[in-house]
Amino acid sequence: MQRVLFIILLALMLTGLYAAWTHTTVEGNILILFIAALVISALFTTRKRFIPLEPKRIAYAIAYIPYMFYAIIRANFDVARRVVQPTIPINPGIVEVRTKLKSSIGKTVLANSITLTPGTLSVDIRGNRLFIHWIDVRDVEEKGATEDIVRGFERFLEVIFG
Amino acid sequence: MGAVKMIGAIISLMGSIFLFLGALGVLRMPDTYNRMQAGTKATTMGSILTLLGIGIYHLPWLPQSLILIMFITATNPLSSHALARASHFSGIPLTEKTVVDRLREEYEKDEAAVSKEGENE
Repeated sequence: MQRVLFIILLALMLTGLYAAWTHTTVEGNILILFIAALVISALFTTRKRFIPLEPKRIAYAIAYIPYMFYAIIRANFDVARRVVQPTIPINPGIVEVRTKLKSSIGKTVLANSITLTPGTLSVDIRGNRLFIHWIDVRDVEEKGATEDIVRGFERFLEVIFG
Repeated sequence: MGAVKMIGAIISLMGSIFLFLGALGVLRMPDTYNRMQAGTKATTMGSILTLLGIGIYHLPWLPQSLILIMFITATNPLSSHALARASHFSGIPLTEKTVVDRLREEYEKDEAAVSKEGENE
């Protein structure tokens, strides 16, 4: 039952996106869009990929967006500051961090978030260990680096993806 | 009307400043990986702001620019990760300033394990 609700919600979101993209308000168009979106959602929501909808997860997912934007803005100013200085104050290296996240979608989102915030770039992933290129290595050891890079995102992603 | 257009123009201008800084970073950074830091990600912020500015300047385009921003934030990290992983795997060296390279150590461990297996056979 939950899965049906999930499929309908996903289809509504897809319809909304496409209607916004094409500026269409004709009812017939939207109906066809919705049917196509339903088929696509049903095809891509297999039992494995389906995440149960709980209010807490949705709240954390919404809170994650402004957090992410804040992280991107802060880090962008940091990299811009380094680029314009005459000496280029960088201290680069590849460090190892560990994540507590189990699901592969959770790990994907974590690695993407790490890459999106400039200054850190995920180079490789092996099991629950991620290898991060860090423009300013503050801690060579795995524990401190994990604390510095991963912890902030993980607080949210742990709840969202479980 | 004029004020809204002004805000849109200023946001777009900020975006182009970030794009310029990204280009400057590609020029000035010492190795592939650091160039990637500047070149793929100062541009994330740059394109987000430019698109948002265009959306605000020309309000009917706002939904489209928001969707484009969403696509950029979803796909940009994937491509930079693929580039970085491929460069490291094919052995492009890191700059001399590099403090630590845990991934290289990992490869060496792998190679040692493989050669040990070979000896045992």
